[in-house]
Amino acid sequence: MSRRFSLSRLLAMIIKEFIQMKRDRLTFAMMVGIPVLQLLLFGYAINSDPKHLPTAVLAQDNSPFSRAIIAGLQTSDYFRLTRTAATVTEVEDLVARGRVQFAVEIPAGFGRDLLRGDHPALLVIADATDPAATGNAVGALQRIVDSALTPLLDGPLTALAPVSGPVEVRIHRRYNPEGLTQYNIVPGLVGTILTMTMIIMTALAVTRERERGTMENLLAMPVRPLEVMLGKLAPFILVGAAQVMVIAAAARLLFGVPMVGNPAVLALGMVVFISANLTMGFLFSTLARNQLQAMQMSFFFFLPSILMSGFMFPFRGMPDWAQAIGEVLPLTHFLRIVRGVMLKGNGLPEIWPELWPLLLFLLAVSALAIRRYRQTLD
Amino acid sequence: MTDPVIAVRGLTKRFGGRAVVDSVDLEVERGQIHGFLGPNGSGKTTTIRLLCGLLVPDGGQGTCLGYDIRRQSWAIKQRVGYMTQKFSLYEDLTIRENLDFVARLYALPDRRIRVAAALDRLGLADRRDQLAGTLSGGWKQRLALAACILHEPDLLLLDEPTAGVDPKARREFWDEIHALAADGMTVLVSTHYMDEAERCHRIAYLAYGRLLATGTVEQVVQGSGLATWHVSGPDRQIAALARDLSGRPGVEMVAPFGATLHVSGGDGARLDAAVAAFQQMPDLRWSRGLPTLEDAFIHLMGGARDNFAAAPTAARRSGP
Ligand SMILES: Nc1ncnc2c1ncn2[C@@H]1O[C@H](COP(=O)(O)OP(=O)(O)O)[C@@H](O)[C@H]1O
Ligand SMILES: [Mg+2]
Repeated sequence: MSRRFSLSRLLAMIIKEFIQMKRDRLTFAMMVGIPVLQLLLFGYAINSDPKHLPTAVLAQDNSPFSRAIIAGLQTSDYFRLTRTAATVTEVEDLVARGRVQFAVEIPAGFGRDLLRGDHPALLVIADATDPAATGNAVGALQRIVDSALTPLLDGPLTALAPVSGPVEVRIHRRYNPEGLTQYNIVPGLVGTILTMTMIIMTALAVTRERERGTMENLLAMPVRPLEVMLGKLAPFILVGAAQVMVIAAAARLLFGVPMVGNPAVLALGMVVFISANLTMGFLFSTLARNQLQAMQMSFFFFLPSILMSGFMFPFRGMPDWAQAIGEVLPLTHFLRIVRGVMLKGNGLPEIWPELWPLLLFLLAVSALAIRRYRQTLD
Repeated sequence: MTDPVIAVRGLTKRFGGRAVVDSVDLEVERGQIHGFLGPNGSGKTTTIRLLCGLLVPDGGQGTCLGYDIRRQSWAIKQRVGYMTQKFSLYEDLTIRENLDFVARLYALPDRRIRVAAALDRLGLADRRDQLAGTLSGGWKQRLALAACILHEPDLLLLDEPTAGVDPKARREFWDEIHALAADGMTVLVSTHYMDEAERCHRIAYLAYGRLLATGTVEQVVQGSGLATWHVSGPDRQIAALARDLSGRPGVEMVAPFGATLHVSGGDGARLDAAVAAFQQMPDLRWSRGLPTLEDAFIHLMGGARDNFAAAPTAARRSGP
């Protein structure tokens, strides 16, 4: 019998883990339940297309064009004019205090400039703290403005009609310059869900052996730490893949997120990322004394992953030290891979700068976990 | 004369500075059933774990199946079957799935045939698809035994295999152990039951981590140096006698066995002096008897406790 590594022993572990997973209804429910729950929660936030958002108007021009735009905003579903401001500072204040979601500023001489064909700017300040709230309204703005002006721009003024765009709608997003959209969130959700479930599952898988006392029997038999680790991780790679498919299908069907790049490239990134998380969970399980501790460690890892990976906040908006931490986390690199492949159509060469840190993380954590895995009960 | 299957000297293991196994010397010959006795917490489980490489000794050395217990635990694990004190197979796997798992781990050829044979041998075939967690104590022990003999080990380490199992199942279990030994397996089995000790070729008695006696049952009984009187008579008088005798100088143990009272002491002359006054009482029949194994153990443990209390540093003595 081989001393180093044996496929038979690995197979023994994998089969055993699969059977146990099949019988563990609660865990199974959790693994399917968590992605579905998260999808619904996030999906709701994304899907809800907020309407009638409170809007302030600062009209420094009283031309028919200005009035048409204001009327157009009012009749659109997205904007509800709740305030009229007199000064720019008042506008700023209303947005800062969250009284309104939008402020529309029509500069002085707007009508005159429009007639001259100067393409005057219509300034719109959006409180983009919650990008999901403002995304659709912002998207609709130009159309609303254009169609409000169209009836006025006939006859001799046809030349100024929306083909060329009579007005430049200038949007200032406040507090969230990247302006994350659902395209951004759904791919990110894939990574978050995987991080959470994969780490917890593996962290529990080994501590459970120790708590139930089955570890003693396992250790008394000739099996290598690497075989135990791979055996425990293999079933979860499939679980992770299943989760990814559920989310990907939902992303496409429910939220219309495109898949620009090559799915095979994405799959490669996924496998590496899933493995990185699984080994992290395995490492936790070698450190934790019981399942509670394993759970706590997992959450301890999960929190910075969510906060500092660029999922919650734009990565470039974070201070340097937070970015440094973020660069170590697998989720950070995975988010870039997913977004890159799904949205930008990145191929292997483009994602390589994100892939090798994942591989490095995977190798380092595996090595540490194998070292930490005790072959005795001491 | 073949080499002993187990040969360790000065085996020592400390937990938190306390020597839980203290300079244990143990030899077990091939094909023997070696009983391992001692009160709870005396270090039986720890010793067994040291032997099969599950714990690293803090002192001492030795071999198990000819392999060094410190450096060759991988080789030892291939040839040893260890049945843990607490059931440690997978409760969420069926009997057959558990055995299949073990068979694959040892990379056994003809897995199906071997598993089927093990199921038959231990009468588990009818329940093969039952989850291990739903089995009663006796069936769990059988499954555990089946799992640890599957790879036909040379040495079986059984840690209290029959604790909490009914007498009939216990008897069958021991018949099986004897059958295995007859096939050439060596067995080290820890137990609390005196009748089981008597079914062993040799026994070792451990208390407070120290080996106090080894040998055949007769050798251990004789080696204890215990002198014993058996007294029989009417219940009422026996009860009164037991009260009167206990605590007298020279009298260590007064224990009723049915209608017979066993009176023992480590020093025969002082014991005789202590009981002399009562031997003239009517209706009581006195005879010199052999102490039981249990008497011997209790006597040995008493001596060990005194040593332990008198010389607590001895327990911390480091191994060679
Ligand atoms: N892992 C451990 N850590 C600390 N103390 C232990 C450990 N294992 C056993 N002990 C202690 O060692 C002593 C001997 O235990 P054990 O070998 O299980 O005895 P036995 O099997 O004879 O009942 C006990 O006092 C027990 O509490
Ligand atoms: Mg024990």
